[in-house]
Parts: sequence; C-alpha cells; structure tokens
Amino acid sequence: MEVKILSARFDIENANRIDVARQHGAYQTLDTLFAMEQADVIETVKASGLRGRGGAGFPTGVKWGFLPKDTGKPVYLAVNADESEPATFKDRYILVRDPHALIEGIIICSYAIGCHDSYIYIRGEYTSQVKILQQAIDEAYAEGYLGDRVAGRNFRLDVTVHRGAGAYVCGEETALLESIEGKKGQPRSKPPFPAVVGLFGCPTIINNVQSIASLPFIITNGADAYKAYGTEKSCGTHLFGISGHVEKPGMYELPLGLPLAEVIETVAGGVWKGRRLKGVIPGGSSTPVLTPDEVATVTLDYESMAAHKTMFGSGGIVVLDETVDMVKLVENLIAFYHHESCGQCTPCREGLGWMLKIVRRLLAGEGTVADIKLLRELCDNIEMKTVCVLSAACTMPVRSYLDKFRDEFEAYAIDGAPEQTELREG
Amino acid sequence: MSDRSQLLATGKSFAFDAETDAEFERLAARYPIRESMIMPALWLAQQQQGWISAETIEYVAERVGTYPAKVFELATFYTMYHLRPVGTYHICVCRTLSCYLRDKQEIVDFLADEAGIRPGQVSDDGRFSLEEVECLGHCGSAPVVQINGEFYEDMNVEKLRALLTTLA
Repeated sequence: MEVKILSARFDIENANRIDVARQHGAYQTLDTLFAMEQADVIETVKASGLRGRGGAGFPTGVKWGFLPKDTGKPVYLAVNADESEPATFKDRYILVRDPHALIEGIIICSYAIGCHDSYIYIRGEYTSQVKILQQAIDEAYAEGYLGDRVAGRNFRLDVTVHRGAGAYVCGEETALLESIEGKKGQPRSKPPFPAVVGLFGCPTIINNVQSIASLPFIITNGADAYKAYGTEKSCGTHLFGISGHVEKPGMYELPLGLPLAEVIETVAGGVWKGRRLKGVIPGGSSTPVLTPDEVATVTLDYESMAAHKTMFGSGGIVVLDETVDMVKLVENLIAFYHHESCGQCTPCREGLGWMLKIVRRLLAGEGTVADIKLLRELCDNIEMKTVCVLSAACTMPVRSYLDKFRDEFEAYAIDGAPEQTELREG
Repeated sequence: MSDRSQLLATGKSFAFDAETDAEFERLAARYPIRESMIMPALWLAQQQQGWISAETIEYVAERVGTYPAKVFELATFYTMYHLRPVGTYHICVCRTLSCYLRDKQEIVDFLADEAGIRPGQVSDDGRFSLEEVECLGHCGSAPVVQINGEFYEDMNVEKLRALLTTLA
C-alpha cells in the first residue's frame, strides 16, 4: 500500500545533507522550472490537484492564483511548519529527513509567485529539528541554490527561519503572520485575505510544509503523474501519521482514497494487544471521531471524510481501543484547546474554560444529566462565533463524542465515576 | 514554567555576547520591520542566559527599538520563554492525546513520586525542572519526553529511570 513520493529519501542515511540529497535527485527540477513560464508553473500545480496539506485541503494552485497582479509591493511566501495539531507529526519527517525537498519546493513556489523573501515558521518545540533545517538552508546558500542568483539564474531568493515559541494558534495562517511581525499570535479578521494583505501588509501565500515538499515531484514528472495517485478529487499521496492503540504506530506515505479499516489493519498492524476497536480520530484532534461502523466504510480522502461528517484534516490518525474512557479523552482535548486559546474572542477564551469545568465536574462524579445538555449547547453557542476556527476545532470533536458515546457521559452523570475496566491494567 | 505573571530581576545588567550579537544582526537584516526581531531576540537571550529576566526584557526592547511592554507581552504570550530559571535539566512531558493514550501519566507519576520532580517546579538542588506540555509532535512514538530540547521517544518508566541516572 505504501508509496514513496514525499518519502523517497526518508530512509536514506544523511539525506538531510545536500551532497547525499543531490545524489538522490534533489534540486534536479530547477532546470525544468526555470525553462517554464511562471504562469505555467501555477497551471501545472492547479492541474495536479494538489490540495493544502495543513488540514483545510484548499487547492494549492488556486490559492496562488488569488495573488493580485502588479501591486508594486513585494510578494511573500510563509511556509507553515508550526504543526501543533495533536496527533500530527508528518511535517517533522520532511524537516528532519528531507529538508532539501522543502527548500526545492520553496524555490519552485517562489519562482511561480514572484517571491524573493520566504519565511519558514517552525514551532518552537522542534528544537533539534530547527538545527537540521537551518543547516540544510546554510548548505543551500553555500551551493548557490539560495541567495542572489538561485542556481545561477537572475533570481534572488532568501529563506529565513522564524521560530515560534509554544502557541498552537500560530498554525492559523493569519496568527502566523502576526507572529512573524512581532506580535501576539492572534488571528486577523478576514477579508482581506493574506493573498491580498498578508505579511507586512503585502500579498502573501501561506503553504504547509508537505504541500511545498510535494512540488518537486509535480514539476519534474508533471501533473498527470501526480494525479495518477489518489482519487479523482483527492489527488496524490499524503503522509499519514498513525498513533494511539495500534501495533505499529508511525509515519506512512499512502495514496489518498484507501479504506481506513484496511490501512489500520495491514499498514499499522491492527489494534494493539488483540483488543477491539472503539473509535478512530481520522485527521488530528480537531476532527470528529468515527465509530467502528463508520471506520468500516470510510476511505482516506476529503470527500469520504466529509460524507461521514468528519474531516480529512492533517492525516493524523488516532486509533482508540476498547479501554478508552471517552469522557477522560474529551477532558484531555478541551484542556488542550482551552490552554491554546489566544484570548482574543470571548466565546473561545471563556467558553472553552466553562466546557472544561463541566467535563471535570462530570469526571468528579458531581455532574448531572443537565450538564451534558449544557455542554452540547455550549458547543453550538461557541462555534463559528469567533475570529478563527480554534474554538470550532474543540467544539466539533466534543460534539461528536457527546453524540456517539453519550452513554459514557450519562454514566458519569448518573452513577458517578464508573468502575475501572479490568483491561486497563493489561 | 508555572508563574508567568511577573518578571524577576537578576540585579545585573544583560547584554548579548559577541556570537549572539552577530546572530542578532544577521537575522535583523532579514526583516523589513524591527518588531519582527522581538521573538528571535528573546530566543537568543534565553539561549545565552537560560531564562528571561527583567533586565533581558529591557535589553531586547532597546536593541529592537520598541517598548519593554511589547517585549513583555510576547514573553508572556508565548509559553516557551522561561520567566524563571529552570533546572540544569529541564524536562518536558507531553500531556496531549496520543501520549495521554499511551500512558504519559505513569511517567509524570514516576517523576513526582520517585524522583521528587513535580510539574511546574524546580528540584531543591536545582538540577531538574518539570513541565507538562501540549503536543510535542512525536505522536507515532508516544509517550515522548523532551530534556533540554532533545527528544526521547517510546518512553516508559524503566527507560526514564535509566536516563535520569546518566544525567546524574
């Protein structure tokens, strides 16, 4: 099932070093690239069907097309390496194992959109990773792939790493821009969209690491070669991070469209310890949970996930075995989002705190059935009433647990804390 | 670390050393506005001194050319800036989703009960400090522990006990 497009150099020793990466194909796209018109690069990316791999799935080439022409202002590219969504760790693999694919992708994108200054916003927690990335960038400068004349062409490109410092919200693209500008990471109201008014007031494209790292393959092999993978509307391959209660957690590159149940079973070795499946979080903590019945029918693409009233998200798949206490899991999730709220919008700042208090009251055996209703009402009243979707990233999954595993919440409300299952110790 | 409400003063003035200064100037040339340098400067200061003191805030404000209040605002908003000294070994245990599912609590309990290292605190001898942090992005090798920036994956109590011995 596994394929090697993005991960082609992942298992090669020292592929983070430019000489090794080059021996295995890095930077070989550039001759093709600079022979193309800028508009043709954008058209090729559009034709490839590549969609934003940060989680939203917006077509990458279409996003580039939103840049206004001839504004007289510089155009910026901000690469989103903030990956902080719980259960998501795919971009880290690119940053560490193949940073030159990212740099090559940045050159491709920058040429296409006419950008000469690119910033990589990397989460602060990636301490050892940022060193590897910076070393790769330094090598690219030394070898003439970055700087005043990229690969000997009349094209300047500077790439600067901007380190975050522990704020999940900075993965939201306008919060990311605020952070680079030296402000608190508080998302902006839109419109205007960043393509028109972005970084430093200038037109800006923000793309995820994996989206950018997908570009060398597309430019080298053409849009059709990329479209050969995946489904009609969910093209290409994706790095899936499988974690939680499976025998073989890890990172797997797969074409889109595979059946989730089969992937869990054959790629990740199935539910661990011979236990039964209780649910799957399909694409990072903010995506609504799927029941075993839903897992049996869903496929790993944007359309099937939407049809199952959840989201493809970031490809961070979390498998939950039968011992998971869904009320405790929800407490863990709400605590995360409450901690990460930037504090700008009252419904999020206060509301997520109320939700946390209520679920903790239930866990303490002091809650009532009315609390469950209240929790669900709060979800409805918080969602879409804020500048960004951080609050919805909490309320959407919480609602799914309330609806699909309501009996567990009721058990806490009616009987207090339930008995520990024997399996917990095993 | 735990208390982020107030700045501590060291009573000594702060300034970048020569190497840090050179990195500050290299980065400053990359941004069209000076305020973009507040975060990088805070990182450089923390790298040099280990934490952010009242004097550091003043110094960064002066170097960037902004108000100390603006630097303070960012130093408190972004939780990775330490406003208190941390231990010689600063331990971060991921508390979120996949690490939670794969028993991160056993690690936290071990550190508290056996090693006497509690979340938000620095040990009496100053050697260890512990923080429970949000998702560290190593979910496929959960639970994960980060010590002074280095990641230790697929952790369990036995491995951590052995690791602490090597740090002793």
